Amino acid sequence: MAFKHDVIEKNSILLLVLTLVVVSIGGLVEIAPLFYLESTIEKVKGMRPYTPLELAGRNIYIREGCYNCHSQMVRPLRDEEERYGHYSLAAESMYDHPFQWGSKRTGPDLARVGGRYSDSWHVAHMADPRSVVPESIMPGYPFLAETPLVMHDVAGHLSTNRTVGVPYNDEMIEMAEQDLAAQANPDSEGADGVLERYPGALVSNFDGNAEELTELDAVIAYLQVLGTLVDFEAYQPEANYR
Amino acid sequence: MGLVLAIAGIMGLFLVANAQDGAMAFHGYLFVAFCALGIFWMIKRHYDEAAGLVEVEGEVRYNNAVVRAGVIASLFWGVVGFLAGLTIALQLAFPELNFHLPWTNFGRLRPVHTSAVIFAFGGNVLIATSFHVVQRTCRARLAGEWAPWFIFWGYQLFIVLAASGYVLGVTQSKEYAEPEWYIDLWLTIVWVVYLLVFLGTLMKRREPHIYVANWFYLAFIVTIAMLHIVNNLAIPVSLSGSKSYQLFSGVQDALTQWWYGHNAVGFFLTAGFLGIMYYFVPKQANRPVYSYRLSIVHFWSLIFLYIWAGPHHLHYTALPDWAQTLGMTFSIMLWMPSWGGMINGLMTLSGAWDKLRTDPILRMLAVSVAFYGMSTFEGPVMSIKAVNSLSHYTDWTVGHVHSGALGWVGFVSFGAIYYLVPKLWNRERLYSLALVSLHFWTATIGIVLYITAMWVSGILQGLMWRAYDSLGFLEYSFVETVEAMHPFYVIRALGGLLYLLGAVIMVYNCWRTIRGDLREERRIGAPAAGPATVTAAE
Amino acid sequence: MHYEQVAHFASTYGLIYFIILFAGVLAYAFWPKNKEKFEEAARRPLEED
Repeated sequence: MAFKHDVIEKNSILLLVLTLVVVSIGGLVEIAPLFYLESTIEKVKGMRPYTPLELAGRNIYIREGCYNCHSQMVRPLRDEEERYGHYSLAAESMYDHPFQWGSKRTGPDLARVGGRYSDSWHVAHMADPRSVVPESIMPGYPFLAETPLVMHDVAGHLSTNRTVGVPYNDEMIEMAEQDLAAQANPDSEGADGVLERYPGALVSNFDGNAEELTELDAVIAYLQVLGTLVDFEAYQPEANYR
Repeated sequence: MGLVLAIAGIMGLFLVANAQDGAMAFHGYLFVAFCALGIFWMIKRHYDEAAGLVEVEGEVRYNNAVVRAGVIASLFWGVVGFLAGLTIALQLAFPELNFHLPWTNFGRLRPVHTSAVIFAFGGNVLIATSFHVVQRTCRARLAGEWAPWFIFWGYQLFIVLAASGYVLGVTQSKEYAEPEWYIDLWLTIVWVVYLLVFLGTLMKRREPHIYVANWFYLAFIVTIAMLHIVNNLAIPVSLSGSKSYQLFSGVQDALTQWWYGHNAVGFFLTAGFLGIMYYFVPKQANRPVYSYRLSIVHFWSLIFLYIWAGPHHLHYTALPDWAQTLGMTFSIMLWMPSWGGMINGLMTLSGAWDKLRTDPILRMLAVSVAFYGMSTFEGPVMSIKAVNSLSHYTDWTVGHVHSGALGWVGFVSFGAIYYLVPKLWNRERLYSLALVSLHFWTATIGIVLYITAMWVSGILQGLMWRAYDSLGFLEYSFVETVEAMHPFYVIRALGGLLYLLGAVIMVYNCWRTIRGDLREERRIGAPAAGPATVTAAE
Repeated sequence: MHYEQVAHFASTYGLIYFIILFAGVLAYAFWPKNKEKFEEAARRPLEED
């Protein structure tokens, strides 16, 4: 062969390295500052980690792919604030691993759906959406009410979240198993403990079936907490200008 | 290698025995089966003496077998992916089709559609064509003997694990990156081997210069590796359970995701398929690319600008403003290299425009480049914040994606497949060029129905959301805007049906070609009286 | 770090970096010595098989 092999081999490696350098820079410049700029996440009052039951509900929300049709990100536009409520803050999803902002509104935004509807409305809506909203095109999820909630190693879920930065304390992890069931049973002894550890949590017999802890309990517990935690009376947007 | 597979198989068995959930156990079984078949294949191959020959009588012996496998897999997954798309399109028009069951609801099936078309169809097209192109333009046999086959089958296993996972509820909910941590790990292994094989073949080349199509393929492979790893950083709850939690949260996770998501479009669906364009358009037109220099400028400016544009998916969200502005600026600048590439592709036909009339394969490739130009014009427009405030969250985005996916990615892939099938199976020509023409028109009408329906529904819905009545109240409730979408969802499903039919025609045509059949037909564009049969389009 | 600082950095050093990179690519693509190499490469796909 007429040409030197080592030079050519260097060429393809050179191409690879140059490409990698060029494509790394954009990501580094955009993503890295978000971890260091103080203004990325606002300082707010009221944010807390999810209760075990809310977390279980969130996992079901992810499992069923709800994010495909529902966003959780109210933009600061007049019509959105009137339709959904105060625009979403970065702080409101700081414990969301992963985030659920979504990209499409085939259905309405859910960032502030908590407290909008009663538990029993959600029960009927999940069983058959068109029974309460005739024009709805949402799939029905009747199986949620019939499926017992199974969450292997509840404490493990919480401590994994702690590993990635959610401030669960030792007590929360220790009591996780008990809290999971207690939140759906207002009469249980553990109900007060849930409220103590997770201020602002809703203790309720979410799915109306007191006999059994179901997946529907978890999903409704999650939906009812969405957007309710931040105390907007204490929030000062001027202090968070970015 | 056999030993590695054996150890992996035992690990799979261990996984089956300890799995915490049904999906994990099922995936453990699949993995064990994969390893067992792999070992069986290696033993068989050991006794096949011709298998490892790199040269025969001074001629390079290309590895065509793995390219053939990739073409067949592309045809198969294409139909599966389009069918999944039609299914979910019908579910949006007729929600009863969700059947109130977990594994048939829209939320679980939509990732099946997106992954099947992007990663299963698109990915197999990219693997097959990159293997073909890199061998031919380097005049060297594909590096490695078992490695290309490991990539091919390992990638199919990834697809099956991912898709069956979605149906069973295994997802991490990051769009176009839904597979859970263990499936991601598997893809990482496959992808690193892919990079090594591609790089190894480039190093073996007998040509002084690396042809530009390979630049695009290389950028696609290496960037996807980077994006995949960073966006999927997660910690599993247990090594024997499928659930994991992302390392990043909230705003950081959102930007990482759309940095990934946008560049999956930029490097998987654009750079990779530009590699196809830069080889197959010159090949089918039988003339060199219009300007090789322009292709070099195209390459560097495209990969440099694309990587910054991700934040335009997060306009008006809780992402800091400076990041949004940066994303918008680069998205608009991206218009220039994109159109440079389009012009380069289309002008390759200059002096051969008449071939568009007689060669439906070339027509398909040319229209794909035109769609590339159209979507890369629409994209920057939609990245402008004022436009985005209307278009975001609506079907306009869906329409935009599909003009790129169906028009550009789909058509350029079909063109490449039509070129490859007669060549790889040593046939004189395709079974029927008339059927290619039929495919072209069916699919084109399908695309037009699809994207016009989505434009209208997207803009309509965006306007309805922000409409106020004379008293200053919001005019429409949300569900009224949903109801208004119905006719457009029906038209969209019809468009999808036509596109699927076109693909079925292609599969039939390819199958007959592979069988060795030739359909007697008039040359396209020839006068009706002329009895001449068509000669293979070179 | 504040928005103004980031913006200032982007509009000065970022711009210079960007222009240098683009000039480098243009120089490589249009360097007269490379012309023949590129023309040969462009014919490459048409030569085989």
